Amino acid sequence: MYQTEYKRAGSLDEAAQLVAASGGEGKYVSGGMTLIPTMKQRLASPSLLVDLRHVEGHKGIAVSGQTVTIKGGTTHAEIAASEELKGVAPGFAGLAQLIGDPAVRHMGTIGGSVANFDPAADYPAALLAMEATILTDKREVAASDFFLGLFETALDENEIVTGVRFEAPESSAYEKFRNPASRYAMCGVFVAKRGEGKVGVGVTGAGASGAFRWAEAESALSGRFDVSALDGLAVDEGEMISDLHGSSAYRANLVKVVAKRAAKKAGASGGPEVSGPKTPGGDAP
Amino acid sequence: MGVEGIGASVLRKEDRRFITGRGRYVDDMTVPGMKYAAFVRSPHAHARIKGIDAAAAKAMPGVIDVLEGSQLKADGIGNLICGWAVNSKDGSPMKMGAWPALAFETVRHVGQAVAVVVADTKAQARDAAEAVEIDYEVLPAVVEGPAALQDGAPQLHPEAPGNLVFDWEIGDAKATEEAFGRAAHVTKLDIVNNRLVPNPMEPRAALGVYDPAEEHYTVWTTSQNPHVARLVMSAFYNVAPEHKLRVIAPDVGGGFGSKIYIYPEEIVCLWASRKTGVPVKWTSDRTEAFLTDAHGRDHTTHVEAAFDADNKIIGMKVDTVANLGAYMSLFSSATPTYLYATLLSGQYDIPAIYANVKAVYTNTVPVDAYRGAGRPEATYVVERTMETAARELGVSPAELRRKNFIRSFPHQTPVIMCYDAGDFEASLDAGMKAADVSGFEGRRAEAQSRGKLRGLGMSCYIEACGIAPSKAVGSLGAGVGLWESAEVRVNPVGTIEILTGSHSHGQGHETTFAQLVSERFGLPVDNVQVIHGDTDKVQFGMGTYGSRSGAVGMSAIVKALDKVEAKAKKIAAHLLEAAEGDIVIENGEVKVAGTDRKLGWHEVALNAYTGHKLPDGMEPGLKEGAFYDPQNFTFPAGCYICEVEVDPDTGKTEIVQFVAADDFGRVINPLIVHGQVHGGLAQGIGQALLEGTRYDESGQLITASYMDYAMPRAWDLPMFTVSTTETLSPSNPLGMKGCGEAGAIGSPPAVINAITDAIGNNDLTMPATPEKVWRAIHAA
Repeated sequence: MYQTEYKRAGSLDEAAQLVAASGGEGKYVSGGMTLIPTMKQRLASPSLLVDLRHVEGHKGIAVSGQTVTIKGGTTHAEIAASEELKGVAPGFAGLAQLIGDPAVRHMGTIGGSVANFDPAADYPAALLAMEATILTDKREVAASDFFLGLFETALDENEIVTGVRFEAPESSAYEKFRNPASRYAMCGVFVAKRGEGKVGVGVTGAGASGAFRWAEAESALSGRFDVSALDGLAVDEGEMISDLHGSSAYRANLVKVVAKRAAKKAGASGGPEVSGPKTPGGDAP
Repeated sequence: MGVEGIGASVLRKEDRRFITGRGRYVDDMTVPGMKYAAFVRSPHAHARIKGIDAAAAKAMPGVIDVLEGSQLKADGIGNLICGWAVNSKDGSPMKMGAWPALAFETVRHVGQAVAVVVADTKAQARDAAEAVEIDYEVLPAVVEGPAALQDGAPQLHPEAPGNLVFDWEIGDAKATEEAFGRAAHVTKLDIVNNRLVPNPMEPRAALGVYDPAEEHYTVWTTSQNPHVARLVMSAFYNVAPEHKLRVIAPDVGGGFGSKIYIYPEEIVCLWASRKTGVPVKWTSDRTEAFLTDAHGRDHTTHVEAAFDADNKIIGMKVDTVANLGAYMSLFSSATPTYLYATLLSGQYDIPAIYANVKAVYTNTVPVDAYRGAGRPEATYVVERTMETAARELGVSPAELRRKNFIRSFPHQTPVIMCYDAGDFEASLDAGMKAADVSGFEGRRAEAQSRGKLRGLGMSCYIEACGIAPSKAVGSLGAGVGLWESAEVRVNPVGTIEILTGSHSHGQGHETTFAQLVSERFGLPVDNVQVIHGDTDKVQFGMGTYGSRSGAVGMSAIVKALDKVEAKAKKIAAHLLEAAEGDIVIENGEVKVAGTDRKLGWHEVALNAYTGHKLPDGMEPGLKEGAFYDPQNFTFPAGCYICEVEVDPDTGKTEIVQFVAADDFGRVINPLIVHGQVHGGLAQGIGQALLEGTRYDESGQLITASYMDYAMPRAWDLPMFTVSTTETLSPSNPLGMKGCGEAGAIGSPPAVINAITDAIGNNDLTMPATPEKVWRAIHAA
């Protein structure tokens, strides 16, 4: 790691002022789950880190009716464990439980993940599928207008993600196929059955431009919430990531397979029951 | 035996400090005035160094000096060497290219050290290392073994035309051809044994200290064999005279072979300490570990096996290209020859075998012994072949193996090894029973009802451990003897210190070695201290690798204990006025058999040191040493059975059951032995399913971090079913065979045989990633 300076902001205003005064060399840090490893590898060298984790009021989950608001500094572990959230949007809480490992979940925050928009980050799939709103210190932006491309969002310079807001779907579920090395999503699909028969399908980890909504799958499932509605559909291979872990053809296959499983988990009819293998002589202790 | 003697699952004494964070590793060591080294490493796989400009780096804050390879050479520091001479089949010696600890003319792999910065802090050293400007002329690179042999391939070393290090053979070509001429069936396979990165938990580190007053050197280093390190650094690298060099390897956090070798960094830290006058420490980061720790495996093989009309295997032909990387590491020549092709007979009575191994240079990290070292490669060849042959012949894989097992011992194979003992059928039967093989078809059908493809694969491995008889390895080209030494010191109060030339890097020696004392004298293991890893304390030793610390290291301790016991009995007989032959030692007491006359063990010990009542002419003291050189290798063997379920939609494999039925000879501590098997299985399953080292065409390692290199995690593994049978080895006093590598040796073919069984396509390479399996399903 190169030498850097660390400051703890007491308020979002102070944080923004500190970064603005750093002449373009400063960065916000929240959980630091991407930024710190990158700095340790000497691939990033901000002169100043402004820590948002101690900003008062930057943390917490509020459920009002079906409206869920999660503040940016809330950790994945807090989201996964929230009884209130599990009551209205268990699919979203379940997604948080699948992020990284326990250490990552206790450090990483939703605001940091949303602002970073890693192509394999989990939240964007759900936020897109639920047509969530991204809250910043300056404005509110629809998720589909916020997530623009690889590591690219609608955030202006020094703008801070202060939280997300969404209407809890009738039912929802997230399925993730992990990269065998990093355990990030090689393909993650969030299916949200919202009101009036509208179904959202968000896909992460597979798209060459980051998370995306799979429009054909959405309209198919909106017409008939049955796994077989996805038969015959396919995403465009040319728009999928191709790397040493999986070709674009393989990822295109994963999108469909994982979408079906997410739909099933979200309550869609049809499709095979999901059950684990049997161990000879019963399960191991 | 006592409760802590042979066969007792004593909890590991060393774990208390390890799991409470009190282990002491090289990076935990500090000495006054210590400074830090950072290496400047090649970003290119192959390049000529046209110039090095360190002026800016030298002017940076905290920088003490920047040192280069030309200075190292001028100081007479020798090139790194390979310690095992292998000749080509035409009799010519292997072609070893020069490997200076700091490159000054040519770099041949990404990550090769070119210069070193010594600075006050680690960060300053790193900053300055980035400021060293090196003018490279980039040359074409080659990374795959077979590609390096082709006409027109980039050439690495002038000493090795065509990149060929040696073209070696073993066995009887004529007899093998004759067998194939009368074969009723021939099975052919092309096999790749994937390159692996060792990834011990503790990265390598070195702290070099030069004391100008005594002209003495000390190096703390992450070594599996500190005495060998001292010998090689003094005799071959001229870093320091042997009697002026102390090598200390404190706690070592895993090695898997990669810490056998002496690397450029420890040589440079010692030399740099003399040059700069300050102690110099270097600790590898994980990226450096990927780029510089010796890799493992990387074989490309064609195998053919001939069977007669009765399904008896009558011949085997093997053609292997072994990728040695850019330089010959310390034992790199032995791994793909004498540790590999000598095991190609497997557990089977094969009358004729011929193998040809071409070792080649490529622009990759040097390859050397890695957990199993040659034997996993041999087992993979033999066991994939047997399984494939059974499928082609339409017989059960178990029965084909059973039909061809060696059943009488000693058995001389056509490839040097003489198996002294074994009962392969016992392991096969134990494995099949534990795995409920007879119920498999029912489980397959049930899985099919859930849309899953279930498969079963087995592997009957044999390996050679306890490496080994010095005369034998000497005749095969080893530059060292492979005996072991021990000293047993009984203190005046009766507590005991064992000084051993073996050195634990996670094996639990402090516990198992103490159990030998407990067994012998009935003393608690807590009264025994094992001392290892320091050339100033321990007489000499060859270190720990090749599962040799039990069969060889503990045998030396047994010999020393024999001498201690004999002397203690003489002393006791004199004190108790009894015949020496009537003295027995048990439960910490020294007794006259059949009487109530006895002494405490501590009383005998104290008397040895007071010398007040010793027999006439006896020297005082109670301390004995021994060297042990075995007559033969040992031959652990066993049967592994893997059951998988494959998701046809994604190609993902889940191991639903893994049975290991091993014959390790005498087991000292079942808990530790089972732990060794678990760890070995995790590594073998890692190789089979997850770990793939990939270079791009320019020679960049594209799997150089855990983001891209898949290490096995607990959730990739099932609960293992482990059992052992004990067919004692006749080659050492305890009848031990060794257990450290078996898991990694036996498991990869079992996993791949299971997956190929599940998907009905035998064309699958390791690691069997989900995409590869998915494609194989759809190609079938």
